[in-house]
Amino acid sequence: MSESGLPGVMAGLVALSLNAYVLFGGADFGGGVWDLLASGPSKARQREVIGHAIGPIWEANHVWLILAIVLTFTCFPPVFARLGIVLHVPLTLMLIGIVLRGSAFTFRAYDDEHDAAQRRWGRIFAVASLLTPLLLGVCIGAVASGRVGPVPARGSFADRFVDPWLTPFSLAVGVLAVAVFAHLAAVFLTLETREPDLEDVFRREGLWSGVTVFLAALVALLLAPSHAPLVGAGLLGSRWALPFHLATGAAAVATLAALWTRHYHLARVTVGALVSLIVWGWAFSQYPYLVPPDLTVASAAAPAVTLRLILIALGLGAALLVPSLHYLFRVFKAEPAGSVRRLPTGGPNA
Amino acid sequence: MPDLLAARSQMAVSLGFHILFAVVGIGMPLLMVIAEQRYRSTGDPICLELAKRWAKGTAILFAVGAVSGTVLSFELGLLWPEFMRLAGPVIGMPFSLEGFAFFIEAIFIGVYLYGWDRIPPRAHVLAGLAVAVSGAASGIFVVTANAWMNSPTGFEMAAGKVTGVDPIAGMLNPMTFQQTLHMTLAAYAATGFAVAGIHAALLLVERHNAFHRRALGIALLVGAPAAVLQPLSGDVSARAVGAWQPAKLAAMESHFETERRAPFTIGGIPDVEARRTRYAIQVPAGLSLLLHHDPDAVVTGLDHFPRRDWPPVTIVHLAFQVMIALGTYLALLSLWIGWRALRRHDPCDSPWMLRAIAVAAPMGFLAIEAGWTVTEVGRQPWVIYGLLRTADAVTPMPGLVVPFVGFTLLYCALGAIVVWMLYRQIIRSPRHSEWSRVYSPREAARV
Ligand code: HDD
Ligand code: HEM
Ligand code: HEM
Repeated sequence: MSESGLPGVMAGLVALSLNAYVLFGGADFGGGVWDLLASGPSKARQREVIGHAIGPIWEANHVWLILAIVLTFTCFPPVFARLGIVLHVPLTLMLIGIVLRGSAFTFRAYDDEHDAAQRRWGRIFAVASLLTPLLLGVCIGAVASGRVGPVPARGSFADRFVDPWLTPFSLAVGVLAVAVFAHLAAVFLTLETREPDLEDVFRREGLWSGVTVFLAALVALLLAPSHAPLVGAGLLGSRWALPFHLATGAAAVATLAALWTRHYHLARVTVGALVSLIVWGWAFSQYPYLVPPDLTVASAAAPAVTLRLILIALGLGAALLVPSLHYLFRVFKAEPAGSVRRLPTGGPNA
Repeated sequence: MPDLLAARSQMAVSLGFHILFAVVGIGMPLLMVIAEQRYRSTGDPICLELAKRWAKGTAILFAVGAVSGTVLSFELGLLWPEFMRLAGPVIGMPFSLEGFAFFIEAIFIGVYLYGWDRIPPRAHVLAGLAVAVSGAASGIFVVTANAWMNSPTGFEMAAGKVTGVDPIAGMLNPMTFQQTLHMTLAAYAATGFAVAGIHAALLLVERHNAFHRRALGIALLVGAPAAVLQPLSGDVSARAVGAWQPAKLAAMESHFETERRAPFTIGGIPDVEARRTRYAIQVPAGLSLLLHHDPDAVVTGLDHFPRRDWPPVTIVHLAFQVMIALGTYLALLSLWIGWRALRRHDPCDSPWMLRAIAVAAPMGFLAIEAGWTVTEVGRQPWVIYGLLRTADAVTPMPGLVVPFVGFTLLYCALGAIVVWMLYRQIIRSPRHSEWSRVYSPREAARV
């Protein structure tokens, strides 16, 4: 591989791990959102299905975020430093959300079953599931808007550390992130239960959230030209803009249609495509910038030795990981009969 | 509170919190695998129950370890952006490898917890072993990154820019071997004695409870050998510190004057202004002997360094004394246990031994916190020893006291909840109904 292509490859891997995080971790977050919004006579059973679907391997899903972080600070150190400084406030809030969510979920799973404590953990888990993706979206929106530049040496706290991320555009991206995660989760959940009434609940939620994704995306797109010129130009003006929008639109419509006609397996595939297209659309529209207005893939890249070694390490790691993951899924593929289709039997409280 | 102090304190709190869970994540899977292996070979149902409970404990703590570790990886950028900008390309490698180790650990914890009746017994034990090995690997990789901060190699620095990066040389820096060995042993010693101590305390109340007897035996099997080796490994560490970070060593020993036949200082309170240590016991030529195996060797003192390059001497010296005192206690206790075991005496028959083990429960963890205080505070004022000052690495963001207080409160609450949860789920003796089938007190006396 040519020396100059290497930074691009690594940037692609960062986008890929973000994509994986949004797909797998995103569905977990979305599950929390539906936990918060659960209502109607089947409320308790809905929550049970959600809890079991997130199940025992949410930590494994979480690793994708760590991978994105580690790749960023190793391969593009100035990017990591810049994000840490300018986005200190929303990232810190997001971290608090991650801590509360992860621990509340675990405590809920391992605390005694019928307990006031259960409800308390459930509520913390659900609220944190809503706020964390919102903040993640705000951070991504801030980067896309090109306002995460070098911090000015002087100026008020608000000018230096709040203005770059508190904009209508970043908030719109935050809302979009929540909607996307919720949509993803609802579609996944239709396959996690065998009870027809629950299936219907998740189907309905999937349809509604799909419409919400569409509206949120529209708002973000309309705000983009004035607030995020670079991404806006990429998304609206470039050569691949039209095919990209067509593909995204097709995935969205296909998901809704599949839900409508109860082809849940198909919906799972198309919603995955939809989410991945959104991530890659963002990535391509700001290429070659990692953090506009100044940090590009080439200018921020670490020395080539580092990139090459990380690539090798990723290859070796994957060689260990893929069989392990395969084993995990093979062990838990045989599903038990019953109301809940879940990965493991017996749960932690068995 | 000045921002630099707030940032340092937040880092210290986050690391001090994370290390507790990390250590359990290294030590506990080993206990769990040993218990299961015993069950597989003897059919003893108590060992099965132990393996299940320990696995559950591992899972709870694993989750908190994962979230607190996530916080840390962000904090490196949130608090020390300049450090990461320089260090990222050199030490990113161990962090990436740690990511994989953790991934494997998470996968096999899932297999272990939920696979009891889905995979063959041997595969199940092997899954537990995979958890234990990858847990230890996680720790080794991160400590490698820390060792690099203490003895940075694998790059050149010119005009604030890093060139000639060699990540492999960075990983194989002169402190890596010593620190990873010492840390891994510390994890086994601390977890082993924490578990042993809890069950010893419960045995003092219910002398014949077979459940606690088994637990104690397995925990000591892990904790005691590690605790015996720990002072030896610490001696190796100390010599490396003397060679690569002389200012830190001088602070640890509160050794102010460079001198020949340097004494080994035990205890005492450093008086930094007067440049002497009050109330200490001094072993003549001890330090020269320990460091250089030569009573006449010269040992560099703090006077060799400009005052602004001194670490906070009092904290470092006291923390070092605490670690040594605790380490000595654990090592002597382990030798006593080993000696009794050789003569085939059950530790449970000696109330004095049970008491001695019970008080040791928190000691490994205290020694770990003290040891990290030595390492990290002793490196001050540098974040990369001799190259980058902590003050130059900190973020320009003001008002850092707010996140510091916020995370401290959050971690205090989490810590309290985890302790409560562990008590309810794992430590408490099994309820009578759970055990009536396999265990009754009269029979237990014979088991
Ligand atoms: C169970 C825990 C425990 C016990 C009993 C001991 N230590 Fe320790 N020590 C640690 C846990 C620890 C640690 C927390 O794991 C550290 C921090 C950094 C490291 O690598 O290990 C450490 C660091 C550390 C260092 C500093 C290394 C550095 O700054 O790079 C030295 C010189 C020693 N130890 C020496 C000793 C001696 C002579 C002991 C004998 C009694 C001893 N330790 C017992
Ligand atoms: C001596 C210090 C440390 C040791 C021994 C250690 C060890 C471990 C271990 C064993 C785990 C697995 C979790 C568990 O089993 O509970 C873990 C998790 C983690 N640690 Fe640490 N750690 C240390 C310090 C750090 C530091 C300084 C960072 C970051 C800068 C960090 C980042 C992480 C992360 C991100 C995780 C979550 C795992 C992941 O998703 O990759 N750790 N650590
Ligand atoms: C888990 C065990 C660890 C503990 C308990 C610990 C403890 C501490 C403490 C007390 C400080 C503050 C020192 C001071 O400012 O006076 C500190 C600082 C720091 N530590 Fe550690 N540390 C640990 C491991 C690590 C590891 C493995 C890394 C990274 C690879 C690391 C990176 C840092 C950094 C970047 C700082 C801030 C800069 C500095 O103060 O030097 N630490 N740590």
